[in-house]
Amino acid sequence: MKLLRVKAITKKELIQIWRDPLSLAMAFLMPVILLFIFGYAISLDVDRLTTIVYDRDKSSISRELIAEFRESGYFTVVSNVDRPEDIDKYVDSGRARVALWIPEDFSKNIRTGKNAELQVIVDGSDSNTATIALGYISAVSELYSQRIRGYITPLIDFRVRIWYNQELKSRNFIIPGLIAVIMAVITALLTSLTIAREWERGTMEQLISTPIKTSELILGKLTPYFLIGFIDVVISVLIGVFLFDVPLKGNVFLLMALSSIFLFGSLSFGILISIIARSQLVSSQIAMVTTFLPAFLLSGFMFAISNMPQPLQIITYIIPARYLVSMLKGIFLKGNTLGLLVMETVLLLIFGLTVFAIANKKFKKRIQ
Amino acid sequence: MKENNIAVKVEGLTRKFDDFVAVDNISLGIKKGEIFGFLGPNGAGKSTTIKMLCGLLFPTSGNGFVGGYDVMKESEEIKKHIGYMSQRFSLYDDLKVEENINFFSGVYGVSKEKRKERMERVLEMAGIKDRRDAITKTLPGGFKQRLALGCAILHEPPILFLDEPTSGVDPISRRNFWNLIYEMSQAGTTIFVTTHYMDEADYCDRLALIYRGRIIAEGTPNELRQEYMKRDVLEIELDKVVDAMEVLDRNNIETAIFGSLLHATVDNAELSIPQIKKILTDSNIIVNRIEKIMPSLEDVFVTLIEVS
Repeated sequence: MKLLRVKAITKKELIQIWRDPLSLAMAFLMPVILLFIFGYAISLDVDRLTTIVYDRDKSSISRELIAEFRESGYFTVVSNVDRPEDIDKYVDSGRARVALWIPEDFSKNIRTGKNAELQVIVDGSDSNTATIALGYISAVSELYSQRIRGYITPLIDFRVRIWYNQELKSRNFIIPGLIAVIMAVITALLTSLTIAREWERGTMEQLISTPIKTSELILGKLTPYFLIGFIDVVISVLIGVFLFDVPLKGNVFLLMALSSIFLFGSLSFGILISIIARSQLVSSQIAMVTTFLPAFLLSGFMFAISNMPQPLQIITYIIPARYLVSMLKGIFLKGNTLGLLVMETVLLLIFGLTVFAIANKKFKKRIQ
Repeated sequence: MKENNIAVKVEGLTRKFDDFVAVDNISLGIKKGEIFGFLGPNGAGKSTTIKMLCGLLFPTSGNGFVGGYDVMKESEEIKKHIGYMSQRFSLYDDLKVEENINFFSGVYGVSKEKRKERMERVLEMAGIKDRRDAITKTLPGGFKQRLALGCAILHEPPILFLDEPTSGVDPISRRNFWNLIYEMSQAGTTIFVTTHYMDEADYCDRLALIYRGRIIAEGTPNELRQEYMKRDVLEIELDKVVDAMEVLDRNNIETAIFGSLLHATVDNAELSIPQIKKILTDSNIIVNRIEKIMPSLEDVFVTLIEVS
């Protein structure tokens, strides 16, 4: 292996990327745009639930209850209705997700110390939101009933403490995972074009007539994209910390070191696709399909791997984004050290080396 | 099989693409320092042969050596000792002239100390010193061709393979290009060049004619003229070339159009000249001139193809 040749390829690639606005945009602009789009679009926080009120009681007590809901911040009263049919209309059309039905004897029952009933209708079509809404509703009504009856000390006093993401902001766990997903897609996409481009433009014919070795060619092609990928990770982390206010609890250097291992594997994967497909269109499509969907669905970015059926769980082991997702989440939110990420690191290294070796084997310095 | 004065020696070289036999049992021997022309129409198997010799394409069968290395087993060794210029321009269009030269210097493993000097020599040779900063895409065809040649010889290979190096280049650039090839041959480089321009064949020391994957003739340009042209060639100058061709065709006389002239191949010039004159005059075609000429290689080739 001659460093001279690796350097020649790397330099050439860098010049080509630098001269091509499209390549530059894909390398540096695309990850930022994706981070912003998904960062703002994906939110699992449920608040400001659209709510309608059918108040048949119309007393000061019922108004107090409505105010309680409103002030909790989780409910936004969009309308007061006078007929039960209107509830159907609002919920059916999606204008309201929650309906409060206060019966006419509500205040009377409370005053006489009887059990007062409150009917709540929740749109269950989005089960996740509905479950969370139900939790809020029972919490608010619990608080309210405690207040009007005077505080009673409960038998068990729960003092819940949430670790790692104290504010329970979904953005805090989405952004680190999102960085991993975006890097998985961008890196494979970038390198998936490099070998195919040379075949398409005919430059490969000249290249394979020279004494360059396959490993020199692949390393030479990986290096510039490794630099780009590294810069992309830095930019994404900076955006995450300073624009999305995600706390970075762990060590930045560890984060960059582990990301580098990921970059090696993921970039090699793109090269392998490019070697097999030999056409830019085909290889970029393969790169998209084989990285984006698995990284989005099976990496643990949104959906916990432990909740998946067994066969799917097994598949996740060959998805490199899985390891980066847990690394980034671990370092960002928990301040994980290397000791806690040994398994991920080792498996990611194995992935990278295997793919690199296959790419070297698959590339033939011949016209087929 | 490593004779000292032999640069290329292959026997029974064959390449099949599925059922199609692109190159059929070809044998070649090329001496060191020779300009060897490989002639044939498009699709005859020229590029397939050159790619096999350069180690870019695996032969289906055959054996032989290029620069002393086995074509079946040592293609990577061969690549260290050859320069290859493909038919399609295959340098990097988006790189500057100098950047292309630097890149190939690096890939060929030219040491740092020698790079500067080689770069200057290539720029000088290709006549593009004042274009060194130009993006390659913007160069005219002839310049590109010479740059491609320059990039293929940065490592000073003893054998050079040129696949239709002058296709699509203007006549003056073609002449300049051939001058370069002569100079390199003089300096001891073996040159294997394919072309479908028959006028270029005369520049070569030796030729092989390939047609439908087979070599149908081989020798020096003069040998080919004498050996394969037992018949006479007549050059006819007249006003209606196409009409004349049709008329002669009907009388079973072989003809071919050369620009505004017509060439007829006959067994005996003395007998045929009055005969042809009469046929054409009877058809109201005015013959300005008709004479026996030294056959061009194109005549030879056309005849050979008709025979096979």
